Amino acid sequence: MGCTSEGVAVALRAAAEVVAEHRTELIELDRAIGDGDHGENLSRGFTAIVSALETEVPSTPGAVAKLAATTLISKVGGAAGPLYGTAFLRASTKLGDAAEIDVPLLLDALRAALEGVQARGKAVGGDATMVDALIPAVSAAEEAAAGADASVAGVLAAAADAADRGAESTVDLVPRKGRASYLGERAVGHLDPGARSTALLLRAFAEAAR
Amino acid sequence: MTVGIVLVSHSAKLAEGLAELAAQMAPDVRIRPAGGLADGGGIGTDYDEVVAAVQRADSGDGVVLLYDLGSAQMTAELAVESLADPSSAVVVDAPLVEGAVAAAVAAQGGADRKAVGEAAASAGLAPDLLAVDADADGVEEKALTLANDVGLHARPAAVLVRSLAGIEAEVSVRLGEREADGHSVLALMSLGARQGDRIVVRAHGPQAGEALAKVTALVEANFGE
Repeated sequence: MGCTSEGVAVALRAAAEVVAEHRTELIELDRAIGDGDHGENLSRGFTAIVSALETEVPSTPGAVAKLAATTLISKVGGAAGPLYGTAFLRASTKLGDAAEIDVPLLLDALRAALEGVQARGKAVGGDATMVDALIPAVSAAEEAAAGADASVAGVLAAAADAADRGAESTVDLVPRKGRASYLGERAVGHLDPGARSTALLLRAFAEAAR
Repeated sequence: MTVGIVLVSHSAKLAEGLAELAAQMAPDVRIRPAGGLADGGGIGTDYDEVVAAVQRADSGDGVVLLYDLGSAQMTAELAVESLADPSSAVVVDAPLVEGAVAAAVAAQGGADRKAVGEAAASAGLAPDLLAVDADADGVEEKALTLANDVGLHARPAAVLVRSLAGIEAEVSVRLGEREADGHSVLALMSLGARQGDRIVVRAHGPQAGEALAKVTALVEANFGE
């Protein structure tokens, strides 16, 4: 039981709704330590993905992920565009032209997304970035995938739970990447907006896969 | 053909202004600004615009990209990765303004993509003021008085560096106690040589004489001012 291209499209539409719901929250998180455009930018990007999917849903999960990547790269200004764009692009490369995403393929895609984000942004765990949500998410996904009767939905749920906790952990960190790093110690006490949006997206994917 | 240059900035004005400045020193180089967001021209970096600028800047010898802050680097790197031939362009970590000037002058002088990138990257380092070992054998030197209005300011310094491209000689310019690499615009500018100053040009190498003749001709022609 895997996830087809239509399943990925459903997940992306769900993600667009979640981003729209949390647009103001993300703007406020970003305003505290950045330039306040994270919610606006992501919302614009996912709205554009939904529009593109209305025209045509590509036939494989990999192609849908690639459509998401190119749309985010083109439509999202700021660091989130190239970072999320790279995540989806690397994931789409792993998905290749498989007709369905099963658990091992999902794991490969998640790992590739994390590696892509780290290569692009050069952030490591503890820098108070989206990587702090992604690293625990991928570890949790690996654990869940190793269990008996692991499912795509189950793996994503475990990843989303871990991403939530990882995002929360950025509150206590001194940012070392991006605009927030200019604030140094003064940014401690603030949730990183990128880590938050990563957790929100994984949650949306997990819910859509249920 | 020359190596092209793309300036990736969050601000359209910054990228355009810098392209204009660098072009002053490198009239034959394709220097393309890619600044700001497309719709409304807000602050940010636009991936599509960067890709388009790289394509416009490339005349076949490749492109060097410079960037200002944070996401501009990521956007530039992503744009290079997405090219049909990613090896045709390179993103260089360099101070934007100094790097753009140094890269433009190197490209104008016919440097290849690697050398243009290195010129930009090294623009952030302290200028190498001592270039020619004065005690080495076979050093030729010539004293010249600057009569042009601005002395060895940006454009004349760039003209001087360009004139030495392809000539096999180490060249330095001395003003008082300080000596600057004749192949570095920034080092020459850092001498602060002004109108009326007497400089000593030293050259060493197979074409030392030709190098001195080139510089002499430029100084005598007031660098074309």
